[in-house]
Amino acid sequence: MGNNTLLAVENLWVERPGAEVLRGVNLTVGYGEVHALLGLNGSGKTSLALTLMGAGGYKPARGRILFDGQDITALSLTERARLGLTLAWQEPARFEGLVAADYLALGMREPSRARIEEAMAAVALSPMVYLGRTVNHALSGGERKRIELAAVYAMRPRLAVLDEPDSGIDVMSFQDIVTLFRRMADEGTSVLLITHRDEMVEMADVASLMCGGAIVNTGTPDEVRGYFAQRCRPHGDLLGSQPWGEEAGGTYQRVVAEEVGDE
Amino acid sequence: MSSRDPAWAHEFEAMMRAYEEAGGKSDILKTPRVASAVVSGNRVLATNLVEGVSIETEESESGVRASITVAPGTKVDYPVHLCFGMIPSEGVQEIVSGFEIGEGAEVGFLVHCTFPNAVDIKHVMDARIHVGPGATMRYSETHYHSSHGGIQVLPTTHAQVDEGGWLESEFSLTHGRVGRLDVRFEVDVAARGVVELTTKAYGLAEAEIKVNEGVRLNGEGARGLTKTRVAVRDRATSEIYTTAEGNAPGAVGHMDCTEIVRGAAVARNVPVVVVRNERARVTHEAAIGSVNRKEMETLMARGLDEDEAVDIIVRGMLG
Repeated sequence: MGNNTLLAVENLWVERPGAEVLRGVNLTVGYGEVHALLGLNGSGKTSLALTLMGAGGYKPARGRILFDGQDITALSLTERARLGLTLAWQEPARFEGLVAADYLALGMREPSRARIEEAMAAVALSPMVYLGRTVNHALSGGERKRIELAAVYAMRPRLAVLDEPDSGIDVMSFQDIVTLFRRMADEGTSVLLITHRDEMVEMADVASLMCGGAIVNTGTPDEVRGYFAQRCRPHGDLLGSQPWGEEAGGTYQRVVAEEVGDE
Repeated sequence: MSSRDPAWAHEFEAMMRAYEEAGGKSDILKTPRVASAVVSGNRVLATNLVEGVSIETEESESGVRASITVAPGTKVDYPVHLCFGMIPSEGVQEIVSGFEIGEGAEVGFLVHCTFPNAVDIKHVMDARIHVGPGATMRYSETHYHSSHGGIQVLPTTHAQVDEGGWLESEFSLTHGRVGRLDVRFEVDVAARGVVELTTKAYGLAEAEIKVNEGVRLNGEGARGLTKTRVAVRDRATSEIYTTAEGNAPGAVGHMDCTEIVRGAAVARNVPVVVVRNERARVTHEAAIGSVNRKEMETLMARGLDEDEAVDIIVRGMLG
């Protein structure tokens, strides 16, 4: 592990009922780095995000996760968060009776109204309109995702794992998203940006490609985009997902799909 | 006991402190523009009336009878504030009340029931509500009790909502402990009338919570919603029985129940749907069990521990 490494994932294997969802993942993310993780639906990206965060049911069978040199593989979700690691879920949870201002504040070490308003503005939400809104099902999917991004930004984590942050956000432009992630990086937050859209990779410092529950390529964004466009996207266009998922009788796809949609 | 009596002043101040603990703002009870009544045990300590609102009270052996009338067409600017409670640790308080909301009137009620020293108290409320044609009544009742859990809260309400009338009722017992809570609410709704019943309760230790609500949508286009939010932990129990009847064309009813269970607590929900007209529709949804895992993990990913996360979720649900 180099001196610039904040996160190091070493030979990580995770089994879920019916399938191995991670199969020897190796990955590093540097300090202040925006690292894009590209892959087709079903490649294991969300499983890796949940495993990094320590979510229930994602205990590694093998391998380890090092965060700033500390082995966090056995730590609880809360302990990881308190070390500065957080996750924005692909489909964020809804909370009855919890208003956005309080939701943002509860992840902040020193909550301040200025920071909360800044975070809301950074995701193109009017603080005046949204800070009093309940983070419940009355919000659109896009509004909820933007509040989730604002909460992560307000928290100033050391590593933000963002699972498909660009999907379903209609109002924020691509440039808004780029600006937000760059601001996070400027504040010292490393970003692991999970996406299946190769154009999102452009803004990263480093990119990795995930396939079949493992990292198969790491390099510059251009290199990884090129590999993805030539070798992966045709499979996605043809099958809509990983090619070998069908060969395995669809079990892997089913398990991953259940996890992604798990409420 | 008159307002010049030192005993009255002492009791009134004690009730005001309890009222504040229950979430009320005592200054509002001294504001002439706000209709209000303060009842301690079986004594009416204070009332204030505004134009179009009448509050008649009569003290009984164990409580108070109150008749509250809002004249037809009256739009009451500020909610009527009612404060019921007892300062002693033991006793019975029985509030028998009638609400008559005249045609086209609009009024809100903020009711605080406070028993800050309760060890062995029985609080009985028996209410009759009549919401006249096109009238609107919003009623919010919040309870605050001591941590002893030695209190029985037994509110019963029978309501009639006339054509085009609107009734919202929210009952909340989420602070302090209750020994036994038995909420009964029956309402008949006429054509194009609307009723929304919300009940929120938090049961700790050996608390017994029972909610029994019946909504009869009798008129064409009548609408009804029951929303129940209960959290129980330790060895507490909750039983929620809701019945919605769609008895007329275009009647629409929905029952929505969420109960969170922790420790050795037990929760039960029994929704009953009755439809007597082919153009009526009644639905129900219920979620009973542990805290939603994804909600809890989302909060833990912000640095909260499990207990803190559960507390945020439960408090949010109970408002």
